[in-house]
Amino acid sequence: MKRFALQVSAVVAFFLIWKGYVHFFDVSPLVLPAPELVVVALFRLLGATDTYYHLGITLTECLGGFLFAIVFGTIVGQLLGRVPILDTVFKPFVIALQVTPKVALIPLFILWFGFGLESKIIVSAVLAFFPVFANSYLGAKSVDRGLSEVFTVGRARQSRRFRLLVIPSSLPYILTGMEMAIVLAIIGAVVGEFVAGTRGLGYLATIKLQELEVDTLFAVVLLLAAIGFSLYFAVGSLRKVLIPWHESANKVAI
Amino acid sequence: MADSTVRMVPPAGNVHALNASRGPVVRVDGVSKRFDTKSGTVQALEGIRQSIDTGEFVAIVGPSGCGKSTLLRILCGLEEPTEGRIDWGREGQAPRMGVAFQDHRLLPWLSVEQNIMLPRLMQGRASAADVDRALALCKLVGLTGFEKRRPAELSGGMKQRASVARALFTDPELLLLDEPFGALDALTREQITADTERIWTEQGFAALLITHSISEAVHLADRVIVMSARPGRVVAEFKIDLPRPRTEALGSPEFGKLCSDIRKKLEL
Repeated sequence: MKRFALQVSAVVAFFLIWKGYVHFFDVSPLVLPAPELVVVALFRLLGATDTYYHLGITLTECLGGFLFAIVFGTIVGQLLGRVPILDTVFKPFVIALQVTPKVALIPLFILWFGFGLESKIIVSAVLAFFPVFANSYLGAKSVDRGLSEVFTVGRARQSRRFRLLVIPSSLPYILTGMEMAIVLAIIGAVVGEFVAGTRGLGYLATIKLQELEVDTLFAVVLLLAAIGFSLYFAVGSLRKVLIPWHESANKVAI
Repeated sequence: MADSTVRMVPPAGNVHALNASRGPVVRVDGVSKRFDTKSGTVQALEGIRQSIDTGEFVAIVGPSGCGKSTLLRILCGLEEPTEGRIDWGREGQAPRMGVAFQDHRLLPWLSVEQNIMLPRLMQGRASAADVDRALALCKLVGLTGFEKRRPAELSGGMKQRASVARALFTDPELLLLDEPFGALDALTREQITADTERIWTEQGFAALLITHSISEAVHLADRVIVMSARPGRVVAEFKIDLPRPRTEALGSPEFGKLCSDIRKKLEL
């Protein structure tokens, strides 16, 4: 309770300092609008119907990309983590993919997949892929040797070993990867819209900037932050459902 | 008391009298094991020649690194001997085995009940009879009421009990115990040892116990094998003829003398 009170006071103090700075230093609302202007703009934004259209587009893009990232990240991570020859052959490609600034690939994706949703889903997926892959890879390598021996002694069927040992061992890792991935998936979708968007919250932000509606621009950012928080929280809550036996399931996000 | 699903207890109470002349369940025939490490070759086992009779309880004591665990790992198929071979009593076919390790090795994501029937789950789905058997084993090792809990909710002693119950699930002809009580506090350890003696007396399996504890070996075993370290060799063997159950005899002079005789051999 004391913790919570402290956190609320910190947030209130933040807004007071913001307000105080804008007020006493006479900052132009075109540079930094006062917090109450942003709140008004946020309500205006939430009242407009086309906001939800853009919101839906951005959500579709980032969740689509996130889904691709989970599926491919998990599979590729497990394969490379468990099959040494695949690890040797494909590791250079994976590292190359990781060190490349992936946003630099956006023009290429637009060239290949067009200006529609597809290119943003791909950007989002490529950005979100790596944490899922890296953690799935680590998970596959972290299967406890002692437990593995129990399955060897019991002459377990491969399918059962996978189901009873490998998947549960990897899940805590994959969930950690997913928590990082969901944030990157949102970034991917928004940046994709900045570069070549005709719809979506990222596109809306660029429009508001051009129209110098800075308070609404802030409101869009707040909305994106709220989405990010909700999705991150939702992914974190999966721990309680999927790995209730793991210590991390009882750790709170904040 | 064991449930009918575990095994009927003969009225006499001791099934081991019946097993006396059934021949060995396993013969270890001149087994040696060398490990190649960066700092050279380690001779873990040298010329081990032993057999375990059907229903016999054998304990191996020895200092750390004497290869006693390696012998157990060879028996359960986790290591191959460098020289020599393992002869299984019954026409070369390995008997049903159960293994309990020093660390309990329970799966944290499964309940106690599921962990106990893991040998079945490794092959496919469990039947109602398997669940009944797991519940009966829970009762046998004193875990009634904890069937649905996860291992993390159990104490160290209870985890080891669950681990032993899992090793018993296949109704083993040979139970391998690799210091399963080594990490427990003295009181818990005494209780589990007494329970192990009771279960062994009722069930009639052969057992091989690897341990550091001389008193535990004398408490449980028909025969105690003393090993030396690097290379791991058998240096002495003791037949333990104390009447069972031995729990009350733990403070007796005979018990004390056997322990000190074995200790002398260990210090050689």
